[in-house]
Amino acid sequence: MRLELTAEDQAFREEMRTFFTTEVPQELRDAVIEGRELGRAEFVQSQQILNAAGLAVPHWPEEWGGRGWSELRRHIWLEELQRAGVPAPLAFNANMIGPVLAQFASQEMKERFLPTTANLDIWWSQGFSEPDAGSDLASLRTTAVRDGDGWVVNGQKTWTTLGQYGDWIFTLVRTDPQAKKQAGISMLLIDMTSPGLEVRPIELIDGGHEVNEVWFTDVRVPGENLVGELNQGWTMAKFLLGNERVGVAPVGTVKRVLARAKELAGPQLEDPLVRARVAELENELLALELTAIRVAAHSAGAEPHPASSVLKLKGTELQQAVSELVLDLAGPASLASGAPDGPDGSDLPAWARRSAPTYLNLRKASIYGGSNEIQRQIIARTILGL
Amino acid sequence: MDFTYDDEQVALREAVRGLVGKAYSDFEQRRRTVAEEPGWSEEVWARLAEMGILGLPFAEEDGGVGAGPAEVGIVAHELGRVLAPEPFLASVVLAGTAVAEAGTPQQRAEVLGPLAAGERVLALAYADGATPVTASEQAGAWTLSGTKEPVLHGARADLLVVSAALPGAGSGLFLVQGDAAARTGYRTYDGARAARVVLDGTAAVPLGEPGADQSAALAAALDTGRVAACHEALGAMSVALAATTAYLKSRKQFGVPLSTFQSLTFRAADMYVSLELATSIASWATMVLAERGPAAATEAVSRAALQVSRSGRHVGQEAVQLHGGIAMTAEYLVGNLTAHLTALDHLLGDGHHHLRGLAAAVDGHGALDPLAR
Repeated sequence: MRLELTAEDQAFREEMRTFFTTEVPQELRDAVIEGRELGRAEFVQSQQILNAAGLAVPHWPEEWGGRGWSELRRHIWLEELQRAGVPAPLAFNANMIGPVLAQFASQEMKERFLPTTANLDIWWSQGFSEPDAGSDLASLRTTAVRDGDGWVVNGQKTWTTLGQYGDWIFTLVRTDPQAKKQAGISMLLIDMTSPGLEVRPIELIDGGHEVNEVWFTDVRVPGENLVGELNQGWTMAKFLLGNERVGVAPVGTVKRVLARAKELAGPQLEDPLVRARVAELENELLALELTAIRVAAHSAGAEPHPASSVLKLKGTELQQAVSELVLDLAGPASLASGAPDGPDGSDLPAWARRSAPTYLNLRKASIYGGSNEIQRQIIARTILGL
Repeated sequence: MDFTYDDEQVALREAVRGLVGKAYSDFEQRRRTVAEEPGWSEEVWARLAEMGILGLPFAEEDGGVGAGPAEVGIVAHELGRVLAPEPFLASVVLAGTAVAEAGTPQQRAEVLGPLAAGERVLALAYADGATPVTASEQAGAWTLSGTKEPVLHGARADLLVVSAALPGAGSGLFLVQGDAAARTGYRTYDGARAARVVLDGTAAVPLGEPGADQSAALAAALDTGRVAACHEALGAMSVALAATTAYLKSRKQFGVPLSTFQSLTFRAADMYVSLELATSIASWATMVLAERGPAAATEAVSRAALQVSRSGRHVGQEAVQLHGGIAMTAEYLVGNLTAHLTALDHLLGDGHHHLRGLAAAVDGHGALDPLAR
């Protein structure tokens, strides 16, 4: 057992901290820290700064821009990035389709897509969920039918996060309707400018436009856009969703928000109930962070540690609890969310006006990435053997 | 940062697991042992002494082994798994650490050597009873008066380490011969033994320099004890979870195993989450204590104690509920684990106590950083 980081890891941490706080523009990080919605240009700007320094996709194979870091270093990288308020590399690119392509795609497809994916020249959308296939993903019904060299796709995807910015979408489609439901699924890459593809916004309870429906009506897709083998889609989906849980505990972000909540609390921090609530959250967050470090230190190879479900489950619970604390600190001021910025707007502070939309938006955290009920099922089955 | 045990530590764990597992793997054996005085096995105690366990945390020149909090934690974890009733926590960790922290070199050698050898059982009397204990001095001779209660294993102890208010300010630590005090022993709800100790002008030997404030030494002993108690709780929790998991798989209701009911498996999954969080933070506090010493570890120890309190209650309560009525019976392990978790929680300050301290200091830092130097 050893408490401290090695001198090398400590130096690495300093290097990351310095980079994130000096190389990524302050105004971009302030937007994240204040909870403002970011546009496409801001995500692209941030990721390209990271990519130029080799910090956008450190967990990829080294051949494609990965750094060969230990899991601990990846944890440190992510935590420092979050604490500095740097927008994380777009998850659809960096954590989802990138690793899948690196693992399963042909050399030609890798060369075509991986560098542009790392640099966010292509903005990827995720086309997995359907109206009747959420956590039960294998029930999906969107079809791809052979037509000469290519495919014709029909169906509907939903909850396509930030799909309004998407250039390409990676989809799971049913290619063999006769096979058992997991066996007849393939992964197709689809250009979102294809005729017959339509993105329709879904309005959410926080008032923002974050997710979309994507409709496919006789969309023609070239045969070469099939990833890996025909009907191998389920294997790739499992690989992708397994990766999604790793690093999903937003420790750095929650820590930053909780520390800021103490500043924002002002005189309310004199209230012993508030103090106790903060202290309890801080303690749970510390326990979570230490668990994340334990999991990182014990992870071997590409296989996610089974306890990573703990991180998703507890991480999102804490993320929600901290947003709830900020909302409660704002109190009635949180109702002013509709006020415009500027001299004609509200006199109430921006953080208080953002607190309710943020709180409502974060209800999603325990639903996406494998709902927390799915995580409990994974723990019960794979760890406890129930 | 590294949470893994090295080869020697793993070997220690296996050795202790082998010894106490053999003695108490049959829960009936543990019940029989606990039913008779002194509530634990002199034979197992002697074997622990032979293995060097009773001298584990003490310096070699004091007759110990020179190991640290990590090793103490390993032993406590194994004792917690089988609810071994031997007074390792009370005698070695709490009382022993108080002597190691406060005693002169001569006192340490005289007291800790026989403790490590299993020849003398110690108890730490730190909680005041109805009348707080005060110390008086006349012509260089010290006496104590007042009541200490509850004193864990206080009736069986050969030697008591007693905290007492000094004539000036502060608290001293004193050695009192066990049979010099009036002691009323009783059984605690988890099968351990405790006592009321009444001192009435009882002769006492100051630990360390006479009249010097030993509050820091006592605090160090309590914090060291808290960390060991955390590990004992982790051992009990891990077995409670394993027993619950096994029970859900084997027990049938409505013609199917309980594990087919999702509401039950989800609750077991949450028990696992609680255990993992407690394990992480207790391991961290152990490292802070080992590498930075008790004075620097107070907050870390409080943090671990708070999480272990929360997790211990959650795991203990759910283990009983998911087992159903069988867990309410004294002859079944699980309810006893829950009782012991409850006792450990209250022994050294419960979650409420630690949360109060942490809440009072909550504006003293921006964000907690366990990776900082």
